[in-house]
Amino acid sequence: MDILSYLIFFAIIAGIYSLSTLGLNLQWGFTGLMSVGIVGFFGVGAYTTAFLTGPHYPDAFGGFGLPIPVGLVGALVASGIFALFVGTVTIRLRDDFLAIGTFGIAICVQLVAMNWKSVTRGFDGLYGLPKPFAGWTNSPLVSNALYLAATTIIVAAVYWGMERMLRSPWGRVLRAIREDEEAAGALGKSAFSFRLQSFVIGSMLMGLSGALYANFTAFVIPLDMLPIFTFQVFVMLTVGGNGNNKGAIAGTIIVWALWTLTESVLAAALPPTLQNQVATVRVVMVGLVLVLMLLYRPQGIFPEEKIISPEARLGGRSGNDG
Amino acid sequence: MSGPDLEVRDLVAGYVPDIDILRGVSIAVHPGEIVTVLGPNGAGKSTMIKAIAGLVPIRSGSILHHGRDITGRATHTLVGTGLAYVPQVDNVFLRMSVAENLELGGFAAPAEAARRFDQIMILFPDLARLRHLAAGKLSGGQRQMVAVGRALMAGPKVLMLDEPSAGLSPKLVEIVFAKLLEIRGSGISILMVEQNAKAALAISDRGYVLAEGQERFAGPAAALLASPEVGALYLGAGSRLAS
Amino acid sequence: MMQVIVDGLVSASYVSLGVVGLSLIYNILNFANFAQGDYLTVGGYIALIFVILFGTAGAIAGLTFGWPLIVAAFGAVLLTGLVAELLDRSIYGRLRRRGSSRITLIMASFGVALMLRNIVVIFFGPEPIYYAFAIQPALRLWGIRITPNEIVVVAVTAALVVCLHLFLTRTRLGKSMRAVSESPSLARVTGINVDVVIRWTWLIGSGLAAIGGVLFGIALGLQPNFGFELLLPMFAALIVGGVTNIYGAILGAVLIGLAESLTVQYFAPEYRQAVSFVAVILVLLVRPQGLVGERP
Repeated sequence: MDILSYLIFFAIIAGIYSLSTLGLNLQWGFTGLMSVGIVGFFGVGAYTTAFLTGPHYPDAFGGFGLPIPVGLVGALVASGIFALFVGTVTIRLRDDFLAIGTFGIAICVQLVAMNWKSVTRGFDGLYGLPKPFAGWTNSPLVSNALYLAATTIIVAAVYWGMERMLRSPWGRVLRAIREDEEAAGALGKSAFSFRLQSFVIGSMLMGLSGALYANFTAFVIPLDMLPIFTFQVFVMLTVGGNGNNKGAIAGTIIVWALWTLTESVLAAALPPTLQNQVATVRVVMVGLVLVLMLLYRPQGIFPEEKIISPEARLGGRSGNDG
Repeated sequence: MSGPDLEVRDLVAGYVPDIDILRGVSIAVHPGEIVTVLGPNGAGKSTMIKAIAGLVPIRSGSILHHGRDITGRATHTLVGTGLAYVPQVDNVFLRMSVAENLELGGFAAPAEAARRFDQIMILFPDLARLRHLAAGKLSGGQRQMVAVGRALMAGPKVLMLDEPSAGLSPKLVEIVFAKLLEIRGSGISILMVEQNAKAALAISDRGYVLAEGQERFAGPAAALLASPEVGALYLGAGSRLAS
Repeated sequence: MMQVIVDGLVSASYVSLGVVGLSLIYNILNFANFAQGDYLTVGGYIALIFVILFGTAGAIAGLTFGWPLIVAAFGAVLLTGLVAELLDRSIYGRLRRRGSSRITLIMASFGVALMLRNIVVIFFGPEPIYYAFAIQPALRLWGIRITPNEIVVVAVTAALVVCLHLFLTRTRLGKSMRAVSESPSLARVTGINVDVVIRWTWLIGSGLAAIGGVLFGIALGLQPNFGFELLLPMFAALIVGGVTNIYGAILGAVLIGLAESLTVQYFAPEYRQAVSFVAVILVLLVRPQGLVGERP
């Protein structure tokens, strides 16, 4: 039973994180935008759902106690708005300005979470968030299993949605913009607005990811909103395959497995003096993995696949659309 | 001594691995010559000069400078051996002053730099008065002078120019070509790529016409000016460049 | 008010020493180095190693450090430069030669940044640590509170900025660096060996950052995140000043420093990094080329 509940826990977190990875894949893999502030949008989603669905605290904002779906929608909207703001200011300029801008947003989210005590309760965070299936059963195992089912459905839906979007006319334009911006401009499509849409949708997925995380762990604290999360998602996508949705999910599972396994392996392998450094050593190791992947297998495990739009298949044409 | 200053043999080159723009070009520049390379857009004229300068990957063929093989040598080493290149666009450092631009050109041959600087001030009198101005503040014609001056600072024996008359008014074009004659007069061989065929051939000794990555015509400038085929290429059937 | 200005100059000092390297690398290598902040950290901690090994005896009058730390600072500059060079050879250079995009380089630098910080934690732990355990009373000069250490910080930074200016305008290497930052391919055509320039860029950029780290350690003490926490202000300084202009970056650092000290004085000290973010957004909205840069 222990292993089972551990596996369920693992799968839920992997599923939640893979939403962020899918979001990054849309932004980076398909649009060429680098968000260095993934954790910021994750945090916005988490805190929004905490405000909307959490219990009332006398010293904090929120506590509307609304149903969980409202919290999820709120998370999507809030992260979408933040993304719209940052994206509008930076995307029309150089691509690295977006990286800097999103980096800044993530730090600001972290600062507000830690310091605006009257709203976020600072380091203590917001606790006691409703667990989605708590009322249905007494067994944590069953409610977790149900949460896993819900998460899996959401991930599958998002995956399916992403794949459809990329094969749609919208997706074609996006790919055209990525390949050759001038030609796309000649078609009369504004590269900027497509990029912005892609960025916002990707960030909303990250917000959703944060909301699902908050509802699963039932609390939100600033210490969960650190740059290490952004970094983990980078590694997950790079390992899995940038530009490939299957890769995004696979990479998330692999890297999350690596992350959790190394904890026990390191604890066993490290000398006693370094025991309290397990977490740190783990970060260095995974950092090394990222750099090695970028150097030696940048396309990841599942390289970007050529996407052929359905219309292109009609009429016996053999041309590739990728 | 008697061999060409610059020679290109069967050069095959292109920016992108699968696409060759030059398909086996051979040209030569003899001491004291002005040689012009002409051709329609896409023929590879610019690519050829850039390949000689080491900016375009070379697949096969060779480039000889005073008889020494310089194929594939790093771009920054060429100036020191006496081969200077003036690109068509982005050919001056806009944020640096005229004097600094020229100075940079002289780094490869510091011993003579001061003397050459003075010579260039004489060759381009306008620059003397502008020398503390940032190059970005100059007009197109003045920038061109800075670009050529910079190339001359290291005392080259061969000067290569990519469309020196591009974007200039006819009056300025006259001035530029007159300056090139002066430069040749001081003992420097010149290879230039040009669209302005008539004006360029008028000051050249010989010319080549490239088309689709190979030489189509070659010969003394006067012959090219009079040739009906060359005229047809530029002006349509039944014309000649020189009337 | 003068106090705010002085405090602003002190905090601007660390940012300006870091942003020079950021600007050079941005213009010459065309990528935003997210590991730049951690060069300050590495520099500060390498000096600490010297201090641990050789002690800090002999504090100079009024300061909390003496010649040993100055020597340590030189060591930090050299070793941090070595680290930067090794990183470029093994990682960034390889990615560049492969034609990797700016984005990939940013991601790699983010990974490097994380690794450097955490390696520091492995060796020195996460708690703050100091070069010397001396309490230094603040002086009151013309009504302004400032410690002798802070005076050294500002003086050293100012001196280095002047040296940098002389270097960039009077030396061959400096002029070559300016040329390469404008156009690497034209620089090659002009006869400049761009690879050598790149090497020096890393050495100077990381070396100045290392000094910034040591100064920070002297004035405020070291903890593994301090360099990373200066990264957003450095980016802000770069953007406010205008990304193409190194003097703009230094000016930007001063402005950011002043804005931060105003925030600390009149608003709340915890939000100092938020000031940088607001500055970035404002500049990108109103005048993306910054104060003295060119249109992006």
